[in-house]
Amino acid sequence: MTDATSTPGSATPRAHKATSLLTVDERTRRRNASEGRFKTYGIVAIAIALFFLVVLVVAILRSGLPAFTATVADVEITITQEEFDAAEGELFKTKAYEQLFIGKLQRQLSENGMQVEFDAAAIERIMGKVGGDIREFYRANPAQLGEPVSFQLSASSRVDGYFKGRVTREALQDSRFLQLSDLDLVDALEEAGIIRQSFNWTFIQGADSGVDNPGGAGIGASVVGSFFMMLVVLFLSLPIGVAASIYLEEFAPQNRWTDMIEVNISNLAAVPSIVFGILGLAVFIQFMHLPQSAPLVGGLVLTLMTLPTIIISTRASLKAVPPSIRDAALGVGASKMQAVFHHVLPLAMPGILTGTIIGLAQALGETAPLLLIGMVGFVARGYPDGIVSGFVDPNSAMPAQIYTWAARADAAFYEKAWGGIIILLLFLMTMNFIAIVLRRRFERRW
Amino acid sequence: MPIFWLVLIVLAIGAAGYVAGRRRALASAGGDSRHLHSLPSYYGSNVAIKAVVPAFLLMIVWLLVQPLYVSNTVSGMLPQSAIPDNSSRGLVMAEVRRAAEGMNNAVAQGLMSEEFAGNARADVADVTQRLKDAGQIVTSQVTQPILRAAQRYRVMNSTGGQMMTIAVLVLSVLGSLWGLRESQAEYRARNIVERSIRALLVGAASIAVLTTLGIVLSLVFNTVEFFRLYPATDFFFGLNWAPSFSGRGGSSDLGILPLLWGTFYISLVALVVAVPIGLFAAIYLSEYASPRIRSFAKPLLEVLAGIPTIVYGLFALLTVGPLLLGVFGDEGLGIMQAGTAVMTAGLVLGIMLIPFVSSLSDDIINAVPQAMRDGSYGLGATKSETIKQVVLPAALPGIVGAILLAASRAIGETMIVVLGAGAAARLSLNPFEAMTTVTAKIVSQLTGDADFASPEALVAFALGMTLFVITLGLNIFALYIVRKYREQYE
Repeated sequence: MTDATSTPGSATPRAHKATSLLTVDERTRRRNASEGRFKTYGIVAIAIALFFLVVLVVAILRSGLPAFTATVADVEITITQEEFDAAEGELFKTKAYEQLFIGKLQRQLSENGMQVEFDAAAIERIMGKVGGDIREFYRANPAQLGEPVSFQLSASSRVDGYFKGRVTREALQDSRFLQLSDLDLVDALEEAGIIRQSFNWTFIQGADSGVDNPGGAGIGASVVGSFFMMLVVLFLSLPIGVAASIYLEEFAPQNRWTDMIEVNISNLAAVPSIVFGILGLAVFIQFMHLPQSAPLVGGLVLTLMTLPTIIISTRASLKAVPPSIRDAALGVGASKMQAVFHHVLPLAMPGILTGTIIGLAQALGETAPLLLIGMVGFVARGYPDGIVSGFVDPNSAMPAQIYTWAARADAAFYEKAWGGIIILLLFLMTMNFIAIVLRRRFERRW
Repeated sequence: MPIFWLVLIVLAIGAAGYVAGRRRALASAGGDSRHLHSLPSYYGSNVAIKAVVPAFLLMIVWLLVQPLYVSNTVSGMLPQSAIPDNSSRGLVMAEVRRAAEGMNNAVAQGLMSEEFAGNARADVADVTQRLKDAGQIVTSQVTQPILRAAQRYRVMNSTGGQMMTIAVLVLSVLGSLWGLRESQAEYRARNIVERSIRALLVGAASIAVLTTLGIVLSLVFNTVEFFRLYPATDFFFGLNWAPSFSGRGGSSDLGILPLLWGTFYISLVALVVAVPIGLFAAIYLSEYASPRIRSFAKPLLEVLAGIPTIVYGLFALLTVGPLLLGVFGDEGLGIMQAGTAVMTAGLVLGIMLIPFVSSLSDDIINAVPQAMRDGSYGLGATKSETIKQVVLPAALPGIVGAILLAASRAIGETMIVVLGAGAAARLSLNPFEAMTTVTAKIVSQLTGDADFASPEALVAFALGMTLFVITLGLNIFALYIVRKYREQYE
């Protein structure tokens, strides 16, 4: 308020009107408004970021949860010895079983007071080749003949899509895979309680299926692949990472070599993951001739990728152990090595484990390098036979399996991909939860 | 003998050595550990280290050198006439390796006797037929010289394996005997053991350097190989990307410019999304937010950073793409043909980078000394004026560094662009068109059964090299800026 002290009467070029502290002048209002605007930008920015998070979560849940249910048809039928013999005597055996099945189904429907016309082709479109399944069963279990047997038949992926809203009546106007009349039958079967939704165990336990069979696709085999890979990462990156951190934090002299290691570690932390894939391809497969698509190689690549993360967090937790601990140990006659291994390391362990788990979680979600070393989804065709086979036989990993499903043309696989993401995120959430609990319970503040 | 068993046996020798060394040292002191120089366990460890470490080192070196030596010898055996005109020595060697592997499997399955597989006068057609019966993949290109080479390859590998087993076991036993001899009361076992542990620690720390070296070497060798098959000027200045997998060489156009353009365009869109949102979020969280809001919003933002990129990729492909198509597609503005486009990938990539930008900027803004803010408030500035005119200019170098790091992340990101950006390499300005990036093409050129001799597969290494150089340059530059200007306030 320098204006106030200047000589009254002399007209300064930028003279303000006499103002009161109680009324807000134009300039202050402008400044306050701009203050408010600026603050709003910040709130909006955070709101946008959180909005994206919500959209992402909603999209995952909405599209992924249907993958956990499957549409199945429960049909209880009884086939007598005579019927079996008669069917075995025919030329088209599975056809005969199908006719038997249709007959029983029609009777079951009419008992419920429903009258629907359908033929073998419609059943085939809805439930696949039923006759073959039934014949297989009775040939394997002839003792069951004459007794009521409950068959659980999985519906085709289009019927599944109809229940989940993916397939609409409009879209089926002129489809040869599923006709409108079939949907009437499906509706009737649902009303009779024959077709229903049940939990999809195939998706949890199964392996990848062919491109034409989205219903049979499961993530189980690639979960096992991921598990073996994580074992390799854990058993290599934890000891190596801890050893490297101990050296750099406790023993390393200040020299060129130490500097070079430090620079290398911080650079490796920022190298794109796909470059590690190229490294794995060139060194482990091209040069060392390790088997392609093996979880062992995937584990090695991910180990190299997670090492910088683990080293950085381990060094932080070693640094957090106060020097007085080391001094006390050295004071009672321990060697430097004993002081570190007997006293500093155990105290830093919770922090190290937390960092390791977070590093593992990162590795678990990584996809790109795995594609380069051949761990694509379609190699995950079954479970490994044993422990060694789990490491060296071709398998996939969860994220790579999800990618393979996402890249397929049939939209029914998209649902599986989203479902796979839910499983992947459940694993990641569990790991992060364990890390947080470890930190809360065991971390000491000095 | 499988390597697994060899490892177990060496470890067993080490364990036995530990027990024996400990006992021998104690006996030499008359059973009283106070007369020993070191604790008894150090004598045991000394023996175990001497039994295990040299043996394992020898095994690793042997495993690395033997394939190279065998390949070179066998490859030298192949006459020039055995190599077809349109092929190379490397391709023929791959054939040899496959044939040898096939014979190994056939012998393991009992479909072929050991003598038959090694029979130098065996008929090619007969062997091929038997291999096919055994379910092995054999091409018609197996000729007499290739068969001879494959047989030689097998013999050399199996004798090499036997020699390695013997050498490793002998070394392990010798090492433990040496260690046992040393286990006397006055021997300074602790010093030796601690020195070896220290060497192990140095070795572990050097793995970071080795990894970088491995990356550089694998990229350089294959890139040089690629430039031998495909001219470097065409690669760096070519405007067309059209690889063909049918023809070998010549018929493919492998210009990197459309890929680089796609990469930079998508990264630019991502930064336009991520930088304002991330920066304002960081400013709000560090300057305005109450501790309660901060403790709630910051972890939620970090959840975005913890989500795997494959999830974002799927989100781009199946959620954002169709959404954008609805607005800008034929039913809307009519400027977008398909869901996969620069905009789709860029937007989702931007969402992924928000927490990255905001947490880095948050740290940097917090590092600006409080005294500077107080000085500004003291002069009567409002909070926003202080931020705009004092805090941000002071933090600017750090923020630029953070943006550069985010750019390097965007350039190196793979899954989002593979799924969200499309596969067509294009030089276009329309952000609603599909384009592709360097990383996406690395994946598509190397996925599947590529042999490493065609320029179409090798180009991936040249692309990887370009990517590595660009991201490394950005990282080093960013760290340099951050480091240089941070010191001013400390």
